[in-house]
Amino acid sequence: MAFKHKDIIGLQDLTREEIELLLSTAENLKEINSRDIKKVPTLRGKTVVNLFYEASTRTRTSFEIAAKRLSADTINITASTSSVTKGETLSDTARNVLAMKPDIIVMRHSISGAHHYLAKRVSCSVINAGDGAHEHPSQGLLDMLTMRQKYGKLEGLKVAIVGDITHSRVARSDIFGLTKMGANVFLAGPPTMMPPGIERLGNVTVCKDMREAVDGADVVMMLRIQLERQGKTLLPTMKEYSRYFGLNRNLLQLAKKDAMVMHPGPINRGVELNSDVADSDQSHVLKQVENGVAVRMSMLYHVSGGELPTE
Amino acid sequence: MGTENTVILDGVGVKRALTRIAHEVLERNKGVKDLVLVGIRTGGVHLAHELALRLEEIEGEKVGVGAVDITLYRDDIKGHAEHLPVGKTDIPFSIEGKKVVLVDDVLFTGRTIRAAMDAIIDHGRPSCIQLAVLVDRGHRDLPIRADFVGRNVPTSLKENITVAFDAANKPVEVVLEK
Repeated sequence: MAFKHKDIIGLQDLTREEIELLLSTAENLKEINSRDIKKVPTLRGKTVVNLFYEASTRTRTSFEIAAKRLSADTINITASTSSVTKGETLSDTARNVLAMKPDIIVMRHSISGAHHYLAKRVSCSVINAGDGAHEHPSQGLLDMLTMRQKYGKLEGLKVAIVGDITHSRVARSDIFGLTKMGANVFLAGPPTMMPPGIERLGNVTVCKDMREAVDGADVVMMLRIQLERQGKTLLPTMKEYSRYFGLNRNLLQLAKKDAMVMHPGPINRGVELNSDVADSDQSHVLKQVENGVAVRMSMLYHVSGGELPTE
Repeated sequence: MGTENTVILDGVGVKRALTRIAHEVLERNKGVKDLVLVGIRTGGVHLAHELALRLEEIEGEKVGVGAVDITLYRDDIKGHAEHLPVGKTDIPFSIEGKKVVLVDDVLFTGRTIRAAMDAIIDHGRPSCIQLAVLVDRGHRDLPIRADFVGRNVPTSLKENITVAFDAANKPVEVVLEK
């Protein structure tokens, strides 16, 4: 099994075997993060540019640590402090970054499809760190890795995803990844936040009531209400949202005993996740963050080896 | 390849070689105090376990066995069309101040050993590293030699040496393919 892609734009583009390879590599790379000397020389001399057009702490830091642990050099460009604020277009910024000869560009952008546009125009690898409401593949992979560590497999798991499905790139990557791996996905959220026709993505069931999704679930994935996006206009009040689509201890009892609670972070405490659940033993939120570094190391490792011989 | 195969060591021969190496390791290190074995994935790991069994038989004391995967330390990573799968490095003990016996099946260019030594040193500072191999086939690219050798086999670069293992990861035989 070999990974032949130059870029990782989304889990929709990957096969089950490729996802399997990324996950098993991540599992084997995890050991490096618990060493005294957390570094291997694999990507020595490679340059990774983190190009972030949207705010991010977790993902950017995680990609940066991942690259550094593989001995790559990293440079961070944040849109708010760069010439993007002076009106430079994405393609001009990319051309200028490219002139500095990076090997991998890790980008986050608010427009869905920005990575696809970029990847076609540059010779280096492009990794999607989140594009609009499209995909967030590294989050999807780290979610799957976290589930696999507990259950040993993904096939046959019941995974409830609750919240703003329409605007969530995390949900989309999770759905593409999980359904490919044979898990059963159940979605719940306010009708204003449920994209019509989402069932067509595969083994996906839309539930009217959150309790239906959580009932007997192995994993309950709570999405963040994105207050900075359209959240405000689509919901009467936060209080009402929390009453119908927030997870608390009582509701969690409907799920399987010892079911996993996951959240891509940052948590709005008391909105989608109650503190009694967020801080419980069933919460795997920090495990997700920990796995994020290993998954991103795996992505960087495989795309950087993706050049085909030119004979 | 595979047109003409010669068995260099049969099952009994492999066992004898490993038993002799075990005795040599003990003689050199005066017992198993502070001694650990680290096998190189995958053949070296199986052999390290075989060696550990013999050391325990002779000395009556368990010896730690670790596994090192050298994929991340290779120097020819650009030569591959795509990156090789990464195996798990699993050294479940501290190697700080320990005498590490690195175990591999076939010693050839020495590049694998260089990578494995870098990997081990990233885990801590052993007091020394020694090298045990079942077969030394020559053609070194680097100034590396083995401390313990099962069999020296002069080969040509066209030939290939394989150590075969059975389903239980026990060594079966060593074959020279022409």
